[in-house]
Amino acid sequence: MDVHDLTAGYALDALDPAERERYELHVASCDRCREELHDFWQVAGSLGRAAGGPMPPPSLRARILAQARHERPNVVPLRRRFAIPVFSSAAAVAAVAAIALGLWATSLSNELDEANRERAVLSDPDARTFETANGEASLVVTPTGEAALVVRKLAPAPEGKDYEIWVFEGETPRRAGLFEEPGIAVLARRVDPGQKVAVTLETDGGVDAPTGAPLFTTTSA
Amino acid sequence: MRRRDHAHLSDEALVALVARSDETALAELYDRIGGIAYGLAYRVLRDESLAEDAVQEAFLGLWRTAASFIPERAKASTWLLTLVHRRAVDLVRREQRRRAEPLEDAPESLTESAEDDAWLRLERERVQGALAQLPDQQREAIELAYYGGFTQSELAERLGQPLGTIKSRMFAGLARLRELLDDEAERASWTFTT
Repeated sequence: MDVHDLTAGYALDALDPAERERYELHVASCDRCREELHDFWQVAGSLGRAAGGPMPPPSLRARILAQARHERPNVVPLRRRFAIPVFSSAAAVAAVAAIALGLWATSLSNELDEANRERAVLSDPDARTFETANGEASLVVTPTGEAALVVRKLAPAPEGKDYEIWVFEGETPRRAGLFEEPGIAVLARRVDPGQKVAVTLETDGGVDAPTGAPLFTTTSA
Repeated sequence: MRRRDHAHLSDEALVALVARSDETALAELYDRIGGIAYGLAYRVLRDESLAEDAVQEAFLGLWRTAASFIPERAKASTWLLTLVHRRAVDLVRREQRRRAEPLEDAPESLTESAEDDAWLRLERERVQGALAQLPDQQREAIELAYYGGFTQSELAERLGQPLGTIKSRMFAGLARLRELLDDEAERASWTFTT
């Protein structure tokens, strides 16, 4: 079955993790699926409103508001923690990141929004920065695990190739986004403390598992 | 009585205010959508405390990412319910909770407070009506997936069908449901304006 046909399963949150990931990578570059996904999300929303079920306890409201007050993560301070070289960013990575983080794919292909997300990660005063061994890149990770890779020393990917980012779950590398040239890439996966992040060179569009040795790695701890 | 400073604003305007860290806007959104969100999470999870977790995480997700919401493309409540549902199915799978038969839990089990809401009751009748027009196998696939939290592979195993068949049923069912709900909406607005 074609990857296009996964749209219904995705809108109903009924895909297995591997397929969910595959679809998210696909929808970032497929206008047809994105349109259909928006439609199907509307239908899913109707199903949600029709779910019935009991009312929440009154304490839930207070707890949510207290936690929101405590967090205030969406107040982005303007000062920067370190000088960020200004590079172009790949829209495809942007799109995947937005959707994979469970945000809303309306932001797909919206570069302004992606710039906001990059800024949110990079200017988070509580974010930590981890360098690769030879200074090829910095990994910036916020306390909630949102992460961006600031790639400095790397030639643009050759024709027909993409750089692919991996986040390791134990020994297993999981796809975390693609980029073509040095710049800022927001990761499509959260990075927990101690997790390893690696970059490999792969064929255009990425692969399910890395085929070569990492060009560089860093660990968020 | 709570202050309702934002009572006159649309959901989408409230999200814009939430993006600017307006707590009263978040509170107003919760007052409007929190009940529906919890009802959905509870229907999937069958557990009060897990349902609360799912709703809390969704609203905090909204709080963190409201700036990325683009109102032209969707209703704010749809966006929030998407977040809630994703959290709920992730939790139900992580907890390995396999509650009773999801299909047995028809929405008759409503509370008085929800029943009081005439708009919500109409919306539910509209969706139930559309679901009822689907072929049984398509309805079953959609209801088990969305309300039961089953993945397509789990459904294939459970129903003893090839995975491709389940995918096709789900796709055809959702596409048909979209048509039915669109027709309904058009008829409703036509009636209203005539």
